[in-house]
Amino acid sequence: MSDSLDAYLVLSGLLFAIGTFGFLARRNAISMLMSIELMLNAVNLAIVAFGSFIKGLATDGSVIAIVVMAVAAAEATVGLSIVIAIFRNRNTPLVDEYDAMRR
Amino acid sequence: MPRSLLTILGVFVLIGAAVGLPVGLAILGLIRWGDDILFFVLAEILIGSGLLVVTMRDIIRCGLAMIVCFGALAGIYVIAGAPLVAAAQVLIYIGAISVLILFAIMLTQTKAAPSRLVFQTQAIGAAIAAVILAIVIALTVGATDWQALAQRVHTATDQLARVLFADYVLPFEIVSVLLLAAVVGGVFLAKREEGGPS
Repeated sequence: MSDSLDAYLVLSGLLFAIGTFGFLARRNAISMLMSIELMLNAVNLAIVAFGSFIKGLATDGSVIAIVVMAVAAAEATVGLSIVIAIFRNRNTPLVDEYDAMRR
Repeated sequence: MPRSLLTILGVFVLIGAAVGLPVGLAILGLIRWGDDILFFVLAEILIGSGLLVVTMRDIIRCGLAMIVCFGALAGIYVIAGAPLVAAAQVLIYIGAISVLILFAIMLTQTKAAPSRLVFQTQAIGAAIAAVILAIVIALTVGATDWQALAQRVHTATDQLARVLFADYVLPFEIVSVLLLAAVVGGVFLAKREEGGPS
């Protein structure tokens, strides 16, 4: 099982689906960001799995995964500071109360 | 029986089931001993804590479950043969991003509005969409011939360093500039403005 690419990819797909559900369903903006992190991790798992099972990608997979992690860190920094800036203006972390543009 | 004792018993039953299932599968001969059992247990922890992240009511506990999820994923990276990625996962995700998210949770908690409703109104539709997505991905994975090796390849760290600093030097430098821009942008966005609303 740990020697088959399919197991890793199915696991990654499951984690991605969980992240999608959280992003679509949660009300809290920070919960949505955590779901995005889950999705990024799922994609990273798929990249690492491809890297260790496909012949031409042996070390490139790990390099790409590390670059994705750095980009995810940048994304988390900017996303969380945007959430904090909005919270300072609206005093709520719930995304369905950010309705200034549809009133 | 007191409720806390029941909770502890329930946790033990869950752990027993999580460990017993792969051991049972190995006894039946469906999976092999050794790495497969470890992979199975880590996958269970990963999916279980991921589900806790998106369903729990208390957002602090969601953050802690997310740390468990990242740790299990680091274990899976080790099994997949990418130890440096696992180390980076522990350092970056558990060490940096989780702490950042926990701090943001603490900064945005309001006592006035304890969020009774955790989910949006479209939660059922989102659940259906996620299940369909998972099924489609699983079917696609099963139907595709990846021409994968029968044995996973272990990534040597010195080889990785050679590739990173020879073939991928330009992406590496671009990422450093991106991180600098993200730090400056984060400080600018979260800065409290003079005379603005506190």
